[in-house]
Amino acid sequence: MILKKEHELLRDAITKFVEIELKDLPEEIEELGHIPKELVDKLVRYKYLSPVIPKEYGGAGADYLSYAIIMEEISRRCASTGTYITAGASLVALPILNYGTEEQKQKYLKALATGEMVGAFGLTEPGAGSDAGATQTTAVLDGDNYILNGRKTFITNGPICDFAIVTAVTDKSKGSKGISGFLVESAWEGFSTGAHEDKMGIRGTETSDLIFQDVKVPKENLLGKEGEGLKIALNTLEAGRIGVAAQALGVAQGALDECIKYVQERVQFNKPLSAFQNTRFTIAEMATKVQAARLLVYNSALEKDNGINPGLSSSMAKYYAAEVANEVAYKALQLHGGYGYIKDYPIERIYRDARILSIYEGTSQVQQMVIAGAVIK
Amino acid sequence: MKIIVCVKQVPDTTEVKIDPKTGTLIRDGVPSILNPDDANALEGALALKDANSDITVDVLTMGPPQADYMLRECLSMGADNAFLISDRAFAGSDTWATSNALASAIKKMDNYDIIFAGRQAIDGDTAQVGPQIAEKLNISQVTYVQKMSYENGEVTVERQLEDGYEVLKAKTPILLTAVKELNSPRYMAVDKIFDAYQKEVTVWSIDDLDIEPSEVGLKASPTRVAKSFVPQNTTEGIFLEGTPEKIVEDLIVSLKEIHVI
Repeated sequence: MILKKEHELLRDAITKFVEIELKDLPEEIEELGHIPKELVDKLVRYKYLSPVIPKEYGGAGADYLSYAIIMEEISRRCASTGTYITAGASLVALPILNYGTEEQKQKYLKALATGEMVGAFGLTEPGAGSDAGATQTTAVLDGDNYILNGRKTFITNGPICDFAIVTAVTDKSKGSKGISGFLVESAWEGFSTGAHEDKMGIRGTETSDLIFQDVKVPKENLLGKEGEGLKIALNTLEAGRIGVAAQALGVAQGALDECIKYVQERVQFNKPLSAFQNTRFTIAEMATKVQAARLLVYNSALEKDNGINPGLSSSMAKYYAAEVANEVAYKALQLHGGYGYIKDYPIERIYRDARILSIYEGTSQVQQMVIAGAVIK
Repeated sequence: MKIIVCVKQVPDTTEVKIDPKTGTLIRDGVPSILNPDDANALEGALALKDANSDITVDVLTMGPPQADYMLRECLSMGADNAFLISDRAFAGSDTWATSNALASAIKKMDNYDIIFAGRQAIDGDTAQVGPQIAEKLNISQVTYVQKMSYENGEVTVERQLEDGYEVLKAKTPILLTAVKELNSPRYMAVDKIFDAYQKEVTVWSIDDLDIEPSEVGLKASPTRVAKSFVPQNTTEGIFLEGTPEKIVEDLIVSLKEIHVI
């Protein structure tokens, strides 16, 4: 795909940033368990954290293709940093941007773009994963406030968030149309977080439950209208999937990079592994699938940038790129042999990081449901 | 206040290989980059602009039309305006002819207070163009700047020496050349990248400058390359082995033996 000069320059910019700022980071944050503050400050300064947030709210005002390129190149080196970016840049930013009042944008979107506040997106519950309509958290209107009770689970940035977008049932009789969205500040009484989850991969991000016990949410913090919560969440995920699909593309490319490097260095039977036909065919297959994933991801971003609903294309991109990331990471580790099983080699981490990609922001199976629903009339 | 930063697009020499048969650079597929010392010079100018928004930072280069890409990079870092002097007549210029052309462009840009250049370009390593521009413009110059500040028409700089530095004060207009110790250049910001492509890069040919064809290009270049070759490495390295403590001890003994320390 031939990109515009702007996008080529953006890729050069990110590549340079990654080479210097993320050089040793993935290994460090495996131990550290969070993204260092200095890195977050730089992501804010160069607007890598706010690519699609308009300039008037402190963002870059760029397009979704730029967002995809940022996610790809950052995740190529560090999937955790990719997750940190996408949690703010799309899951939190888009609902406020698309459904928030001007006051909400000034207060929360601006603070998100300028790094003054960290946001989280609370949709998933212990009993409502892929079935988001089964939400149990409730918000009951009492005078000028809604009283929020319930629990959200597996929330990225949960332990460090200053505010969260939370879906809750406001009218049980209306089923999924009785769910509403709220902007809830973590400093408010009754808001607490669960333990930091000890995850298999993306260990540089912090994940926890959000717990609400009679949290008073002012009426003006209702996002959109009552009953629009699930619509807001699902619309957010349609465009947000472009970011996670691009992250999967980056992880796949990163695994391929490591694999190509290794097979050229490793000598067995007096030949580098790269000289064996089996290796060459495997690498060729991996490279072709990574490029196919790239075209699906960029195509979805371009659809969004051109005003076309990317619901179907982003599901296809996310489904395919996530599966490719897992496949490429598996094969890359296999070509590393025993060394791939040792933490000294980056592929060990990449293999673990890749695993989340076919699970979060809609499992591969949920994407298949969306795709099938669109093509089987 | 206006600062002009002289920049050059160079092949990334970390990626360049030399053809062992012909002794020439293999430039195919080698990416072009903003010369590293020039990035330090630009950062020096932008840091002054950060502190005083009245400062304008203009970047200037001589090169082929493809240098536009590097100028967009400079704009994406925060430069205000970009100027490219590009003409077949400039082809083959050595440092002397290059500084003739750049000095002429700077005269046309006019009203500058500071001209900032990198110490040298990684594809030539001459460190001559900056000082020559200052001579041709008849202004003061300080080379190898590793620290600087500006106040009321006066710059205070630390000039790097082999075994220390000297502190100098000088009045503007002045030309400074930056070394990498001056700063860490900033990255391009996403919004500025898109703004950069909304801006016009001013392109001047030789006809736009007050300069004669006889003063630029290969014919105006006194430098003659007699031969280029890959130096032979005649000495073999010494490998020290053992624990870190033992290696350090052996290293110190070895260096003392040859009177390095």
